[in-house]
Amino acid sequence: MANANLVEVRGLRKWFPVQRSFIERLVTRQRDFVRAVDGVDFEIRRGEVFGLAGESGSGKTTTGRLILRLIEPTEGKILFQGVDLASLGEEEMRQMRRHMQAIFQDPYASLNPRMKIGDAIGHSLEIFGIAKGQEKRERVLEMMERVGLTPPSILYEKYPHQLSGGQRQRAVIARALILRPDLVVADEPIAMADVSVRALLLELMRRLKEEFNLTYLFITHDLATAKYICNRIGVMYLGKIVEMGPLEKVYRSPLHPYTQALLAAVPVPDPKFRRTQPMPKGEIPSPINPPSGCRFHPRCPYAEPICSEEEPALVEAEADHFVACHLVQR
Amino acid sequence: MNEPLVRIRDLVVTYKTRAGEVRAVDGVSLDIYPGEVLGLVGESGCGKSTLGTALLRLVRHPGRIVGGEIWFDGRNLLALSEEEMRRLRGAHISMIFQDPMTSLNPLQRISDHIVETIRTHKPEVSEEEARKQAAELIDRLGIMAERLDDYPHQLSGGMRQRVMIGLALALRADLIIADEPTTSLDVIVEAQFLDLLKELQEEFGLTILLITHNIGVVAQLADRVAVMYAAKLVELADVEPLFAEPLHPYTQALLASVPNIRLEGDTLKIMRGSPPDLIEPPPGCRFHPRCPHAFERCSQEEPPLKEIRPNRWVACWLYETERGVREA
Repeated sequence: MANANLVEVRGLRKWFPVQRSFIERLVTRQRDFVRAVDGVDFEIRRGEVFGLAGESGSGKTTTGRLILRLIEPTEGKILFQGVDLASLGEEEMRQMRRHMQAIFQDPYASLNPRMKIGDAIGHSLEIFGIAKGQEKRERVLEMMERVGLTPPSILYEKYPHQLSGGQRQRAVIARALILRPDLVVADEPIAMADVSVRALLLELMRRLKEEFNLTYLFITHDLATAKYICNRIGVMYLGKIVEMGPLEKVYRSPLHPYTQALLAAVPVPDPKFRRTQPMPKGEIPSPINPPSGCRFHPRCPYAEPICSEEEPALVEAEADHFVACHLVQR
Repeated sequence: MNEPLVRIRDLVVTYKTRAGEVRAVDGVSLDIYPGEVLGLVGESGCGKSTLGTALLRLVRHPGRIVGGEIWFDGRNLLALSEEEMRRLRGAHISMIFQDPMTSLNPLQRISDHIVETIRTHKPEVSEEEARKQAAELIDRLGIMAERLDDYPHQLSGGMRQRVMIGLALALRADLIIADEPTTSLDVIVEAQFLDLLKELQEEFGLTILLITHNIGVVAQLADRVAVMYAAKLVELADVEPLFAEPLHPYTQALLASVPNIRLEGDTLKIMRGSPPDLIEPPPGCRFHPRCPHAFERCSQEEPPLKEIRPNRWVACWLYETERGVREA
């Protein structure tokens, strides 16, 4: 049996240089960096749905793009099926991509407006020389059926603008699955859909995961949605994972003050419910010069002197439940 | 109950498109009472935002108000001249959109926005006095005083949305129309903003029409809820009874498909099908093709919105008998 971890991420960093104007270049020597991902370790186990949650600017999307190697890391390693992605040449990486596919938030932006839906779904079969002509068409029709794009033979001929938002996202899912990948990186796959369509897409993704033996990296800002699909979850704040563990443990007994606030902030569809937990002050600081020590300390209601001085490591607080907080670790 | 601030009667708004005429709001009647938060919910395309813009007579081309009446504080808005309407908008109704950047002047400092608004409402206030009031206001909104001289792009999304509320307060607006006010905000900032809005609403007795697809936000903020489906109002009730016992099958399905972080279990109810094409809506009740309880009459006759119990309005034939019992 191969490695139980499909993906291993070790010490991953991605710093983006900040654009400087000509004058700034003359007068400043130091270059600023946006530390989008700043030292992240986790693994995605075969067959699970691993969620990466956080607010805008937490680095969750950048992490997803690094795993797909759409961008190169500044530092750190990504092992996919035990292979270091950075060691692969262009052609090897291209072959590797068959095993990792992506679904993004906006299906309209992911589909070529001039390509028929069926051709778009089957395009990669041609690119990888797997099937073409009638065989491609048959494979596409079968996949369309399985993701609920019915009747397939009619929808095959449509263009993206002729489909509803939900249908377009189904087409993007079909296109991701037609190569039979092992890993699907889904970045806010249902964020644009209406409530009722969201439930449908979530259900579909859950079913397809079983049918195709998939592993998902599910990136989302919506913790209420994550609850319905993720097995494990990592909570990111300013480029770091602050807490990670099985979903029930993290949701039922969140250890990091940021996770506690994030979970408490989710609007509850029950008018009788009153949130008692106060919200942290202010907003996420800039990732260009993140706060010293624990990055959450300026907003944390429990912060102590050590929190601004030393960066807490992500350590196992209980079985499989990790947290990066000085107060919990004491 | 006291007199409504806004009375909408049989409002019809249409958009002309190449494919045909879309009735985006189709015969909606609704009252908004002073001091209440009325939540208007529904999915994309149900007409809720169009209804909000119609209240200001700001429906975008090619949309047009083609029928009905809108009464605001005893005046028929549809009979006002463009000039009178502009004055009314400026002085009595504030609108908060999803993206506050669209409503703030990018070339004007925050302080100038507020000062201008205060002086529009009360021209007798001196510039200096208005600046003092602006500083107090911004403090009340939880924004640091030094941000007063910032331009809108220098503020975060959450702060901009606070400024929008501040402008409504400075105006002492009789009605605030908030269309997806928290949709672009991160969840903690959203919670902070909702807390502030709730506080200010109670303190100043604000009247808010809260238009949103976010059921959680409505549950936290609204006193009453109106549910729209395919350009029609299908249910209207006080917030607690509506969530405790939704009557319309659409409301039932909608509430059941909302993820709830507090509930155990990991399955959501799924609503089959999709909303109808508004160019050729289905006959009878527009929800009947997706409704698990539909019977013959539902596809033939349109159910009217009726008050079947005190303060509980629903447009559904299932409750015909209940009404019969009550009337008997």
